[in-house]
Amino acid sequence: MLRLSGLAGLLGLAELLPRLGLVDDDYLPPASRIVAALAAEARTAAFWTAVGDTLTAWAIGLVIACTLGVAAGVLIGAVPVLRTWTASTIEFLRPIPSVALIPLAVLLYGTGLGSTLLLVVYAAFWQVLVQVLHGVADVDPVAEETARSFRFSAWARVRHVLWPTALPYVFTGLRLAAAVALVLAVTAELVIGAPGLGSVIAVAQSSGAIATMDALIVVTGLLGVAINLGARLAERRLLSWHQSVRGEVAG
Amino acid sequence: MLEVSGLRKVYRSQRREVEAIRDLTFTVDDGELVCVVGPSGCGKTTLLRCVAGLLGPTGGAVRLAGNAVTGPPPGMAVVFQEYGRSLFPWLSVHDNVDLPLRQKRVPRPRRAALVSEALTAVGLDGTQQSNPWQLSGGMQQRVAIARAVAYEPSVLLMDEPFAAVDAQTRAELEDLVRALWQRLGVTILFVTHDIDEAVYLGQRVLVLSASPTVVQDELLVDLPAARDQLHTRADARFTALRARVYEQIQAAKGAQPNTAISS
Amino acid sequence: MIRRFLTVLALPVTLFLFWYVASRTSESFYAPPLRTILVAFGDTWTWPRLRADVLPSLGRLAAGYLLAALLGVGLGIAVGASRRLRAAAEPVLEFFRAVPPPVLVPVIMVFAGIGNAMKVIVIVSGCVWPILLNTVEGVRAVDAVLSDTSRAYGITGFARLRYLLLPGAAPQIITGLRQALSLAIILMVISEMVAASNGLGFTIVQFQRSFAIPQMWSGIIVLGLLGFVLSELFRLGERFALGWYHGRREAQRRS
Repeated sequence: MLRLSGLAGLLGLAELLPRLGLVDDDYLPPASRIVAALAAEARTAAFWTAVGDTLTAWAIGLVIACTLGVAAGVLIGAVPVLRTWTASTIEFLRPIPSVALIPLAVLLYGTGLGSTLLLVVYAAFWQVLVQVLHGVADVDPVAEETARSFRFSAWARVRHVLWPTALPYVFTGLRLAAAVALVLAVTAELVIGAPGLGSVIAVAQSSGAIATMDALIVVTGLLGVAINLGARLAERRLLSWHQSVRGEVAG
Repeated sequence: MLEVSGLRKVYRSQRREVEAIRDLTFTVDDGELVCVVGPSGCGKTTLLRCVAGLLGPTGGAVRLAGNAVTGPPPGMAVVFQEYGRSLFPWLSVHDNVDLPLRQKRVPRPRRAALVSEALTAVGLDGTQQSNPWQLSGGMQQRVAIARAVAYEPSVLLMDEPFAAVDAQTRAELEDLVRALWQRLGVTILFVTHDIDEAVYLGQRVLVLSASPTVVQDELLVDLPAARDQLHTRADARFTALRARVYEQIQAAKGAQPNTAISS
Repeated sequence: MIRRFLTVLALPVTLFLFWYVASRTSESFYAPPLRTILVAFGDTWTWPRLRADVLPSLGRLAAGYLLAALLGVGLGIAVGASRRLRAAAEPVLEFFRAVPPPVLVPVIMVFAGIGNAMKVIVIVSGCVWPILLNTVEGVRAVDAVLSDTSRAYGITGFARLRYLLLPGAAPQIITGLRQALSLAIILMVISEMVAASNGLGFTIVQFQRSFAIPQMWSGIIVLGLLGFVLSELFRLGERFALGWYHGRREAQRRS
């Protein structure tokens, strides 16, 4: 009940502020007008194409980033020498802001899907990699030694000791990557003009259709909420067996 | 004097009510050391939290020197069972002991004296600048005791303070509590689930029943004031008292099985 | 010591040399030789340029980030300390956090124009959510026994904030601040790319639009260095602020 009251309050405020003239309604249209704009948008095919484009870029980018991130993470994690020698490079490359690649993406791919993918993959990859590395570092030395004493092969050690330990971290990485991927997908569309919600927002802004722009932004927020909830739900379902050992490490 | 009269505590959640304490009445005289012992899950901690003013009772009252306890009263210090969680990990040992005194606006020179006296009294010289987590469990609990002692309370509440330390440390800490009590003349209410500990430490032992809790029995520990681990525990009188508390607790378990009443 | 130095530097140096050698004879318009990029770097990022473009960017970044930190921690403590407020605010906060922050640029441009204020507001409105939500979580997770201890010893009011809530929530607050830092850099660059007349983002896009490719690459390197330096500074600060936290974790791990 209380949870809904907050949302209701926000909507009420967004309706009343412009209606009472406290905020210029050219800047912030009343909530009802934004909802109407949203309804109008939802009847157009262009809107759904844009949503589809954004989600496609998001999904493809996420899959590539996760595959690369998990593969690299397990490889680096399983070979201690690699771990020591790559640590500094990872620490150096990780904080490079993905948006620094925007000009490069434009030159290489123009306003196509490739531009969006480059940014999404770059940003999401580090989220996954860092979590996987944390997970691999978390392997219980006793478990590792037990496996060694039973003469497990290298592959069996990865399969039965390293991977199960790292799994919860992998999921945390996927969850964080899913959120970041959406941010970068929309950003690329907004700044570069690749097809998707971001570019439709840019168009709405430049044509002064403020209510439509706000409605589209609300849609990106709803997508974000849906992705967060979905990721958390999937995580809880798939990891119900070892909630207790789960620790989130901020990347 | 600490008076607990008709204390009742019912925990309410949305679907059900659990009566943790039904009716507790007892008093602790100034300067007395009273141990409260009872079967596990009998509401000992609930009782202590009510006395400390951390929890409002459902019925009845707690009075300290005639004043009803409605929040944590001044002049009362608490030592919790979970020493690891009750010390501020981001403060040094010294600051952990010092902080409550600062809140009490004790002047600085007096504070410095109190802190170092208390730490010396519990045998923790030279650890002032350490963080609590750098110490062993027993030493952490000593810090918590030092913090309580430095606070100069008139009443000291101890909630199973030694439940999580090893047996040898426990014996040392028990002697430490008795020594501090005899030296400072503070009133101590000591909650424990350990029968030996209750008889060894207390002047009086209150035996609680299983939940919903009432006072099952009350006995005077007529052992000499000077006690030590070796002789006191071998004393025939000690064994007899211990047996009586044990019987009462068994009776308490048998007579009133755990009942959670639904409404 | 030497060995450590070697492991830290070996791979980066190898990669750098590889790039340098492999691109030496590059004819590609988009991937000029690293030598050319390095020369362009020296020519481009001179002191006047740093003052004209990098300092304003850093100023916006600092202003936005600090404001967001103040707002986020302040509101987060207020919301976290009250169960009712938390229940009411959480869905709203989750929504705002889920909005991709760069889309706020056009909204904020509508009423804040394209000046410095717009960029600072963009950074604040994007960075405040992770800080706020993590602070709420941190305050909520303050240990119950410690909270009881504080009450029992009369540690209330401002002292409670200073000695219990802030340090208790600090690990989560720092997590939020770290997430916000990378967001802040992104938002600074984006807001300058979309609408600005100076700043790092603006300059790099200018290079790209005028096909000054080596200069553009050098700009990307500057952004990379900026990200790296800020994250190292952050790490130093964290080690200082959370020494107790890491120490205790180590202690718990050992036992």
